[in-house]
Amino acid sequence: MARARTLASVWAAKTAALASRRLRRGGGTAISGLVGLGLNPGLVHDLARGLGQGCVLVTGTNGKTTTTRLLSEMARAAGLSPLVNASGSNLMRGLASTLALAAGHDGALDDGERRLGVFEVDEATLPLALAELRPRAAVFTNLFRDQLDRYGEVDAVAARWRQALARAPADPSSGSGQGPSTSSGQRLALVLNADDPAVAALGEGRDNVTYFGVDDKKLDRGHLEHASDSLSCVCGARLEYDAVYFGHVGRWRCPACGRARPKPQVSASKVNLKDGRSLRFVLASPAGRANVEMGLGGLYNVYNALAATAAASALGLPQAPVTDALAAAAAAFGRQEAFEVDGRRVELFLAKNPAGLNQVLQTLLLDPGRKTALLALNDGIADGRDVSWVWDADFEVAAGRFEAVVVSGTRAADLALRLKYADWDETTIEVEPDIGEALEAALAATPAGACLSAVPTYTAMLTLRELLARRAGRAPFWQQ
Amino acid sequence: MSEPTLRLGHLYPSLMNVYGDRGNITCLQRRCRLRGIDLQVTSLDLGEGLEPEAFDLLFIGGAQDREQRVVAADLTQAKGAALREAVEDGAVFLGVCGGYQLAGRFYRGAAGEELAGAGVFDLYTLHPGAGAKRLIGNLVAEWEDYTLVGFENHGGRTYLGPGVEPLARVVHGYGNDGASGFEGARYRNAFGSYLHGPLLPKNPAFADRLISLALERRYGEATLAPLDDALELQAHAAALRGR
Repeated sequence: MARARTLASVWAAKTAALASRRLRRGGGTAISGLVGLGLNPGLVHDLARGLGQGCVLVTGTNGKTTTTRLLSEMARAAGLSPLVNASGSNLMRGLASTLALAAGHDGALDDGERRLGVFEVDEATLPLALAELRPRAAVFTNLFRDQLDRYGEVDAVAARWRQALARAPADPSSGSGQGPSTSSGQRLALVLNADDPAVAALGEGRDNVTYFGVDDKKLDRGHLEHASDSLSCVCGARLEYDAVYFGHVGRWRCPACGRARPKPQVSASKVNLKDGRSLRFVLASPAGRANVEMGLGGLYNVYNALAATAAASALGLPQAPVTDALAAAAAAFGRQEAFEVDGRRVELFLAKNPAGLNQVLQTLLLDPGRKTALLALNDGIADGRDVSWVWDADFEVAAGRFEAVVVSGTRAADLALRLKYADWDETTIEVEPDIGEALEAALAATPAGACLSAVPTYTAMLTLRELLARRAGRAPFWQQ
Repeated sequence: MSEPTLRLGHLYPSLMNVYGDRGNITCLQRRCRLRGIDLQVTSLDLGEGLEPEAFDLLFIGGAQDREQRVVAADLTQAKGAALREAVEDGAVFLGVCGGYQLAGRFYRGAAGEELAGAGVFDLYTLHPGAGAKRLIGNLVAEWEDYTLVGFENHGGRTYLGPGVEPLARVVHGYGNDGASGFEGARYRNAFGSYLHGPLLPKNPAFADRLISLALERRYGEATLAPLDDALELQAHAAALRGR
């Protein structure tokens, strides 16, 4: 009976995805997942049992998509067959759809023995995903304020994570009943950012934790950015920092109770941020040291590389495919993707919260050749209806840096106002709410052969990327 | 008259600081600077005392629950009496969201726990319980001949006592309690509001009112040169449309 229900929901999900694509409504991941879960609420749990290598969940405010992509490439290079949910499909329905579409009409996943699920999971969905999927490892990238109208406050998110980790069901076969365990009876491995105090705290009192972090004094910003959220220790005292890398992420310690940043097993040192389009650093992990060259830019991608490497280490993947995958890394959907349009290079940087936007701005500033920008602020549900967050991002650091700026999106005027109060030259700012028109204006302002930096929020990125892909002659994302 | 000076006390800038609250300070600074007014901003943190005459303007923003508890204790013990005295003396005060709630008589949380407020306003705030709907969304309210626009996100419902006037009337959204049609509170030159977004940059007339009131109190007169508010009014209009 349960099996029949699973098969029926797999078929229904596949049919819904097909119909959605025929109607050109997009990839059809959300609708097919909803249909499948409607018929069988336990669909994710049922299908995930077909993952021969189990699965890994990746959550956190920023870096989920790129970390997931890097880890899946590492798994592929190690001879596994990763199953990855598409960017943006990180709620339960996205997981259901990913699993259902990978299942044959008999309900079994193809390549089942070598299948490793690598799933990015929305911060708020993590508790349910932990319970349903019983992952081998859970990766926490960082925790920042993001869409307060949707997720609630940072403390509340951290509390829900802690409860979920303490409460996730023990595997019936293990019989121990102590803490979360995986479908194969192993204890859940945690992969945690040592440099983010709220994330590092998740590892307290647990074994099987792999910490990652940066060891590079010259990256010290010397002060906390405004977009810092976890400034208090678990004990309540104010944290002190030996180095601040971005936001509240750095080498922290508590002067009151003696808690301090855990020593990371996976770390990056001698980081060279170059022109913001690539990276070089020395990677240290339990497997040894390696010089890494990567085709992704910005400090935040160092953290993404570390998170993926630490997860690979926790899964016991060998070192060589890990560094190979980092060397071959390509940009994930809308995250530092580049498009050639009309003889101009358009680089797309998704930014959806203050900490992420600050990292994007820092990365853009690495190359003085970036002279034009297209910034787009939408207030759709997926962006967060509340656009107040733009006031928490440090646009001031880029005042006077761009010769022409086109501001777009449903709340273009709000963003333009923010730039004005950050002392950007008002005469260089053009407000064009329509994203298509804004792209044309920004391209026109960019000399041939030069680079246009595009920084959209999530739904603005979807619109902009579709336009760019079409202009650059690429296929829609669900065909890639 | 030499360059006029205004002193702004920013209460708990690192603790009461969500939802872009610093935009209100950035806004006041810029609008003063462009008029040749020297706005001096001083942070007032935990444990620091407050002299009633020390400031012309006082601002307190919103916070997460944890910070709000810490601040409530400090506010009542170290600063409440001086704050009330300053407001009685005509100082300009602005409390937004959590800062508005804490400026009232008390706040009763979701679990029934009570936090004493600073008592600047004759009002109190009740959180109807953990299961109650938060009041979240774009908010538009009528204030004098203007509209005020912004975003609200609060669990507590605020009820005004006889000693305080509503600041504005809700046109769209929830406001103080989602039922009375009142948004915010005013007592003398003290203002409280649930509007963030933040409040002042998109509502330049309200920002200038605060500056004018502070100048009048300190110098007996205030004439603010008009500014080019094209982008401000465009953002205001977009917020009106976006509701």
